[in-house]
Amino acid sequence: MNFRKLILPLLIIAFAFASCGGNNSQKEGGNTSNKNSDAILGAGATFPYPFYSKVFDVYNKEKGVKVNYQSIGSGGGIKQLQNKTVDFGASDAPMSDEELSKSPAPIVHVPSCLGAVIITYNLPGDPVLKFTPEVLANIFLGKIKKWNDPKILAINPGVKLPDLPISIVHRSDGSGTTYIFSDYLSKVSPEWNTKPGKGKSLNWPAGLGAKGNEGVSGLIKQTPGSIGYVELVYALQNKMPAAQLKNKAGNFVAASLQSSTAAANIDLPADMRVSLTNSDAADGYPICSFTYLLLYKDQKYDDRTEASAKATVNLVNYVIHDGQKYAEALGYAPLPEAAVKKAEDILKSVTYGDKPLQ
Amino acid sequence: MIPAITFKNNRINFKEKAFKKTLTISAIVAVTILIAIFFTLLVNSFPSIKALGAGFFYDKTWDPVADEYGALPFLVGTLLTSFLALLISTPFSIAVSIFLGEYYKKGIVAETFKNVIDLLAGIPSVIYGFWGLFVLVPIVRIIEMKLNVPPYGVGIFTSSIILAIMILPFSVSLSRQVISMVPDHLKEAAYSLGATRFEVITKIIIPYTKSGLFAGLLLALGRALGETMAVTMLIGNTHSIPTGIFSPGNTMASVIANEFSEATGKIYTSALIEMGLFLFVVATVINIIGKQIIKRFTL
Repeated sequence: MNFRKLILPLLIIAFAFASCGGNNSQKEGGNTSNKNSDAILGAGATFPYPFYSKVFDVYNKEKGVKVNYQSIGSGGGIKQLQNKTVDFGASDAPMSDEELSKSPAPIVHVPSCLGAVIITYNLPGDPVLKFTPEVLANIFLGKIKKWNDPKILAINPGVKLPDLPISIVHRSDGSGTTYIFSDYLSKVSPEWNTKPGKGKSLNWPAGLGAKGNEGVSGLIKQTPGSIGYVELVYALQNKMPAAQLKNKAGNFVAASLQSSTAAANIDLPADMRVSLTNSDAADGYPICSFTYLLLYKDQKYDDRTEASAKATVNLVNYVIHDGQKYAEALGYAPLPEAAVKKAEDILKSVTYGDKPLQ
Repeated sequence: MIPAITFKNNRINFKEKAFKKTLTISAIVAVTILIAIFFTLLVNSFPSIKALGAGFFYDKTWDPVADEYGALPFLVGTLLTSFLALLISTPFSIAVSIFLGEYYKKGIVAETFKNVIDLLAGIPSVIYGFWGLFVLVPIVRIIEMKLNVPPYGVGIFTSSIILAIMILPFSVSLSRQVISMVPDHLKEAAYSLGATRFEVITKIIIPYTKSGLFAGLLLALGRALGETMAVTMLIGNTHSIPTGIFSPGNTMASVIANEFSEATGKIYTSALIEMGLFLFVVATVINIIGKQIIKRFTL
C-alpha cells in the first residue's frame, strides 16, 4: 500500500518536470520567432566556425544584430539553405552543378576566407621535408612504402631519413579537408584522379582512418613513421611539423596564412566557384581553398521581409570587409584584394525582387 | 454521509482513470516512436535497395566517389569485433556472475562489486575510446611488434577488447540474477549427496541456468553490434575486408557515424540508412530471441 501511495506523487512530480520542460522549450521557441526579424540564421561548414563566431560576435556588439550560426557541416548547410530554413548557408567546397540545379532558386557563392591543408608527419628530429606532387601522390597511393625511399631522399638532400615504413593516416569522417586534399591529388596525379578520385569520403588505397583533425593528429603523434593531413589552423595551434610543397610554378612553399592568401591571387571566375588547389600563383601554397557563404540571388522568397534580406546581405558584406581583420589572429587566411572585389560584385547582384540590396 | 462518500469515490475514480490514461498514452507513444523509426529507415532505404539490391551485402567496394556501395567489409568488421568481444568477455562475465550470484550474494563486498560493474555501463563510450587510444593502443602495438604483424595499434583486436569491457555489465546483470534464482533445494540435495561446491556449480548451477546465461550473452552481443563511438576511435576505419584480428577494419555503426553528416547524393545517403535499417533489424531479432529465452527460463 505504501508503495502505491508513493507512485502518484512521484508521477505528479515527473509530469511537473515534464511540463516545465515543455514550457521552457515553448518559451525558447517564442523567443526565436519574436527575434526572427533581427536574428540572422545560418548553418553549415565547421571549418570556419571559430572565425565566423568571432566576426558574428563583434557584429552583434557593433550593430546590435544577432547571428545564430550552427556548424553542422557543409552538406547540412547546403540542405538547410535548399529547404529555406536558414538565411544563409556555408560550405567549404563550392556547390556542384548538380546541387545547384536541384536548388529551388539560383544561389550565389561569397568567399569569406581561405583554408589550407598541411602535410604533417612523425619522424625523429621533426625535419622540414619537401615533397613534389608526384612523391606525395605516390606516398598516399601506397606506392612509396619507406621513408628512405630514393625518391624522397632525392628531393630532401641533407635530411637523414630513417628506414621506417610509412604509415598513412587519413580522415575517417566525411570532411571538406579530405575534399580539398583529394582535389589537389587528383589534379597532380592522373592515377589518383582515376582511382580514389576526389570527394569528402574516399575509398583510400592505403592507411588508417581517424575521426577529425584531432583524431588524425593524435594517431600521427602516437605512430612513428606516420604521415597525414590536417587543416592549417589546427597545425598552427598545435605546432605540428609541416612539409613544404612544390607548387605549379615550381617553387617549394611552406604552408602559412600568407602563402594561402597568395594562392588566391589568380584570375578568379565571376561566380567564384573555383578550386584553388595547385593554383598558378608563383608564391602560393598549393593545397588551399576558399570557404563560402551561400545565399539566394533573389532574396524575395516565401514570406521573407526586405528587412531580413537586407540584414543578411549587410552581414555578408561585413564579413568580406571589416571581418577580414579577425581572420589571421584565429589562423585563417584573409581574402586577397582581388577576391574581395569579386565578392563585392557578387553581393551587388543579390536582389529583393527587382531591387538591388547593396 | 453517503453523498460525500460517492463524491470522494468519483474523485478517486477520476484520478484512477486519468492515471491509467496517461500510462496508456505514454506506452503507445513509446511503441509508436519505435515503429516510426523503423518505417523512416525503411522508406529512406528504398533508393539504395532498388539501386544496389542484394549486392549491398556481398560487394567488397565502398567507394562514395564512384558511387559503389558494398557493405561486406563493414558487415565482416561488425561480426568479427562483436563475436571476438563476446568471446573475450564470456569467461569474465560467467566468473563474475557466479562470484556475485553464488559466493557473495550479500554484504559490502558484493554491493561494491555490483555497483562497480553497473558503473561500467554508465561510462560514456567516448571515454572508453580515449582510454583505449592512450592506454590500450600502445600496449597492443608492443604485442603486435612482438608478433611481427604491422604495428598499427588500432584495429579489430583493440576494438574487441574495449567492447568486451563495455558489454560485461549487460551480461553480468542478467546472469547474476538467474544464478541467484537457482532453487536452494536443488543445491542442498547435491550437497547432501556429498558434492563439493565446485561440483554444485558445474553440475547443478550452470546446467540449470544455461539458457539464462545464454540470454545474457545474447543481450550483450546486441549491445556490441551497435556500439559506435569507442569502436570508431579504435578500429582504424579502413574500407577493406579485415585480413586478421590485428588488421584495421570498420563496422557498420562506425561508418554511419563517420560519413552520414557529409553524405551527399541520394544513393549514398540511402545506402548508409540501409545499413542502419539492417543494424536495427539485427538488434531487434537478437533482443527478441534473448527475451524469449528469459521468459522460458522464468516461467
